Amino acid sequence: MTTRTLPHVSPDVTPVVSMDMITKTFPVVKALDEVRLDLYPGQVTALVGENGAGKSTTVKILTGIYIPDGGTIRIDGDPISFNRPNDAANAGITAIHQETVLFDELSVAENIYIGHAPRTRFGLIDKAEMHRAAVKLLGEIGAPFSSHTQLRDLGIANKHLVAIARALSVDARVVIMDEPTAALSHKEIEELYELVEALKSQGKAILFISHKFDEIFRIADRYTVFRDGAFVGDGKIADISEAELVTMMVGRSVDQIYPERAHDIGEEVLKVVGYDHPTEFADISFDLKRGEILGFYGLVGAGRSEFMQALFGITKPSKGVCRVNGDIKVIRSPADAVGNGIVYVPEDRGKQGAIIGLPIFQNITLPSLGKTSRKGFLKLAEEFKLAREYSQRLDLRAAALDQDVGNLSGGNQQKVVIAKWLATQPQVIILDEPTKGIDIGSKAAVHEFMAELAAQGLSVIMVSSEIPEVIGMSDRVIVMRDGRIAAELVGHDLTPETLVRHAAGITKSTKGAAA
Amino acid sequence: MINTAQTRHVPDRLNSRAARLFKSWEALLLAVAIAIFVINSFASPYFLSAWNLSDATFNFTEKAMIAFAMALLIISGEIDLSVASIIALSSTAIGLALQFGAGTPELVIIGLTVGLLCGAFNGFFVTVLGLPSIVVTIGTMSLFRGISFIILGDDAFRGYPPSFSWFGQGYIYWVFTVEMLLFVIIAVIYGVLLHKTNFGRAVYAIGNNPTGALFSGIRVARVKFVLFLLTGLMSGVAAICLTSRLGSTRPSIATGMELEVVTMVVLGGVNILGGSGTIPGVVIAAFVMGLVTFGLGLLNVPGIVMSIFIGLLLIGVIALPRLWAMAATRRKA
Repeated sequence: MTTRTLPHVSPDVTPVVSMDMITKTFPVVKALDEVRLDLYPGQVTALVGENGAGKSTTVKILTGIYIPDGGTIRIDGDPISFNRPNDAANAGITAIHQETVLFDELSVAENIYIGHAPRTRFGLIDKAEMHRAAVKLLGEIGAPFSSHTQLRDLGIANKHLVAIARALSVDARVVIMDEPTAALSHKEIEELYELVEALKSQGKAILFISHKFDEIFRIADRYTVFRDGAFVGDGKIADISEAELVTMMVGRSVDQIYPERAHDIGEEVLKVVGYDHPTEFADISFDLKRGEILGFYGLVGAGRSEFMQALFGITKPSKGVCRVNGDIKVIRSPADAVGNGIVYVPEDRGKQGAIIGLPIFQNITLPSLGKTSRKGFLKLAEEFKLAREYSQRLDLRAAALDQDVGNLSGGNQQKVVIAKWLATQPQVIILDEPTKGIDIGSKAAVHEFMAELAAQGLSVIMVSSEIPEVIGMSDRVIVMRDGRIAAELVGHDLTPETLVRHAAGITKSTKGAAA
Repeated sequence: MINTAQTRHVPDRLNSRAARLFKSWEALLLAVAIAIFVINSFASPYFLSAWNLSDATFNFTEKAMIAFAMALLIISGEIDLSVASIIALSSTAIGLALQFGAGTPELVIIGLTVGLLCGAFNGFFVTVLGLPSIVVTIGTMSLFRGISFIILGDDAFRGYPPSFSWFGQGYIYWVFTVEMLLFVIIAVIYGVLLHKTNFGRAVYAIGNNPTGALFSGIRVARVKFVLFLLTGLMSGVAAICLTSRLGSTRPSIATGMELEVVTMVVLGGVNILGGSGTIPGVVIAAFVMGLVTFGLGLLNVPGIVMSIFIGLLLIGVIALPRLWAMAATRRKA
């Protein structure tokens, strides 16, 4: 079985899993077109590609959720076919998904062993054995909580550890990590890297999917690049530069420099004074000028999104005043906010952004129905006109405007959400982690677009956890910590170091004091 | 991203209107309705009579009036199981008002008002307190009918004036009843409301993703409250028709009707989980249920067997497309 020669790949080790000529077609699109992917024991392979490149489909095929239309999957050189998710699990392939399904009402141990709990002689769940095994697993990954803890009581990072423990509990040989760091803070990401190293040393093959290049170059040994559902190339990370990888990924070289901005900042548009919330944030005051991009930086849980949702009328602040163009406005609901020209592009696109089940054009016109209708009666022609205009402006890629928005890739769904708000012609647009989980090519496009919106006189509030983005895009940055404004930075004060220091609450510039 | 040279052209529609119509649930349902009509006309010589068919419409007109409002409520992701009890309470209020010498206009106003108040009561608990509608309306289902029982006990209100009887017993022209006219008017109103207005669009948006709808600036609570009001109001209309047709009010009036209404809505292709469904679908479902009950009635099939048949029909029609799809994938594999 080692006689099979693999072009581009130095056959120093036999791959555990080898996908060859895999094709998967969906009614509207060809998701994968004869792609290949090899995973080696004790190595991390990064799967790199833009949104819609076919990464998620590949994961679903590897875990037996989708059945490929063509091609071969080999395990240790032997062809195998997965007909059910269980088949993949039995073959030792396990995945930690972007949004892992866990059960809030169950204990940590039950979450880890659900579906394959150890049994007693009578076929009942052997709780003692289950907890013993869970404690051992949790110890291996350094989890700081008991196996008896109810999942509901854990934070997002610890829930992630449970998901990892669950993946490892099946005695996996291949671990798939699909954007594992997306929801984690800086410190938690470091801990995850250590865990990945530990898994490597145990000889497990790891498929690592990430949009963050620093991450890929930090922990991956190999890379495989897909573009538009086709295989582009693979090799060792050591043999490639960041720029080369980006070029392979997007098929063109991407200018990673942030757009030049002509700073034509106008008069004050929005003024927030003393916004308080019983638990999430306190004493938030700032102003925002026409054409300005105001960055909001902070660690996960600093209260940025919670404040933005209060400003948008989703949650109610206990006190505080909001002025738009100098007039006090009472915002009790999103409808009030939209009426006053404040719109919000949420971080959670699937749940809060796009309305899956409604066609694309109806998603775009939903907040603008007042404009496209007459006396409350729909005017479809007007709706299509508006939807066409804004989908073109955002270069939306879709089969047709009457298709369910759920058929679109994540990046295109984001475009629909932004189009929806631009169509209302707002004064202030709040973008909550606008480039999270989208690929580098689309990221540059979002940045460019943001700069253009500001140039057209729109005021932008950008909540972001990515330091290069915050510094590259913002005219001014507000750093939040524990629900309060920790600092307002502009000009020369705006450096990665100052951002991190204020966000973490380190008063002096000591290094490595994160604890 | 903007004004690039190769700006893509995204077409408005992928399939033509005719193609979508042909593949729709309504088309399937219409075929079922026609089949039942044909079978019925062969099974009983009395079926194809204008007067018999006219009588048959009473099997569904009152239920359908509520079903239209219920369809909107279910599409929005809520449900109202108290509709039959609202009929009981509304009818009791009408009867009570009669004892105090109220005339027909007052009786109608009272019937509608009680319906609206009951709807507002349900809507308050669901939209203001945020309780699940299935629990709230199971509660009010007992509550509303319970009040009726307290007022009436074993008694009944009778002696409605002839002008009041017009609603449930009157004819507009030849075999066409007042209720039929009301059915058509209400169907058109709800069809327009759901399919042609901003309000209807909001109902669909809420049903598919209530959080997303809220985040899109839709006043979700207000829309849902209005839907509960409308369902209450339609129950009031049905109460007037039913009371007028029966000529008496007992606390057991319309018992179990809520399930028939929900059945009609689901049979009409409305997703019980919310998000999709059409008024034309519910109209056809109303005819299907009416034809089945009437046809079986002509064959002297007892009521209990009829409900078995309706149940099988519901499950069968809903399972059919799924079985179809499963067979198709199996053939492909």
